[in-house]
Amino acid sequence: MSRIVRTAADILYPAILIFGLYVVAHGHLTPGGGFQGGAVIATGGALVIVAYSYKEITGWLKKNVLLGREVIGLVGFIGVGLLALAFGQVFFFNYLAGSGSLFGTPVPYGINAGTLNTAGIIPLMNFAVGIEVWGGLTIVILYMLSGLEKEGC
Amino acid sequence: MLWNLPFITVVVLTLIGLVTVLLKKNIIKILLGINILQSAANLFLIALGYREGGVAPIFTLAPSELMVLPTPQALVLTSIVIGVATSALILSFAMVLQRKYGTVDIDKIRRLQG
Amino acid sequence: MKKMFVVVASLLIFAAFFGVMAMTLTFGSPMVTDMDDYFLRHGQEQTGSNNQCTAVVFDFRAFDTLGESTVLFCGIMGAALMFRKMQGGEEYEDE
Repeated sequence: MSRIVRTAADILYPAILIFGLYVVAHGHLTPGGGFQGGAVIATGGALVIVAYSYKEITGWLKKNVLLGREVIGLVGFIGVGLLALAFGQVFFFNYLAGSGSLFGTPVPYGINAGTLNTAGIIPLMNFAVGIEVWGGLTIVILYMLSGLEKEGC
Repeated sequence: MLWNLPFITVVVLTLIGLVTVLLKKNIIKILLGINILQSAANLFLIALGYREGGVAPIFTLAPSELMVLPTPQALVLTSIVIGVATSALILSFAMVLQRKYGTVDIDKIRRLQG
Repeated sequence: MKKMFVVVASLLIFAAFFGVMAMTLTFGSPMVTDMDDYFLRHGQEQTGSNNQCTAVVFDFRAFDTLGESTVLFCGIMGAALMFRKMQGGEEYEDE
């Protein structure tokens, strides 16, 4: 691609990354969550892949790292749920909401401005699902590009 | 009849999707028909959960306390992600078929190899 | 010609059935709302989050989200496995 497109992609990629991480992290206060934020971050990755050619990308985005990222996302999601069994409750119980530790400020009923420290294990699950969707969507694009380059169809 | 406009849109989209899946011969056009059918189903689920004069079910600086139902929105989130996985699988099948047979016309892909 | 006749007849039957169903539903007043009223009234103090959609997806119905994550994972694995050549142990794509 031409020089203008490459420079614009270089400038826009960190901004898209930060916006996607903001949508993932504030999933329990504003519209958004794990799946939506992961799709936004994967769109930023697709912009960089389109702007540069495939040979320059393989040295920088490796397939094993992206596969590992997707697996870590799914294992983290199940692990957070299994950790509730260690506290004597059922699978996927919200053991951090209402208590005083990491994400556990109690919230009374009513319209309020919203604080980040509130909702139990929901932000941890948001991060796990966001990492899984990011790795998954980017690796589909990379595999399809590699299958295209080899045959030249 | 205009107060039922979302449901009439669902019927029109379903019929367009069914016609495309049944009558077209190209794999990519059949995939687009499957996507239209999934969009019609998602729109139907969301339109079922609307309350007159309600706002989004979020308590952060909400204008009022009359809210729409949040459960159909959770089901539609799941359905959209499954649609993405289905589309990715069918597209990779189409790429491998084009490399092997030279065409994506489903009338010409009839021999089983091996 | 016979195939076109069967397809057109079945599409007309579908259109009639869906049309009757679309006319008898009312837009703006759902019939049964007991479960969602409970979610809206008690969801904020039981889960602690302001966003009720995220509370329903990730706390009240977390099993559906687990199944959906597994389906996404398996679908992407299947799409990535199509680009391999399994003859003689040689790999198809090069790193």
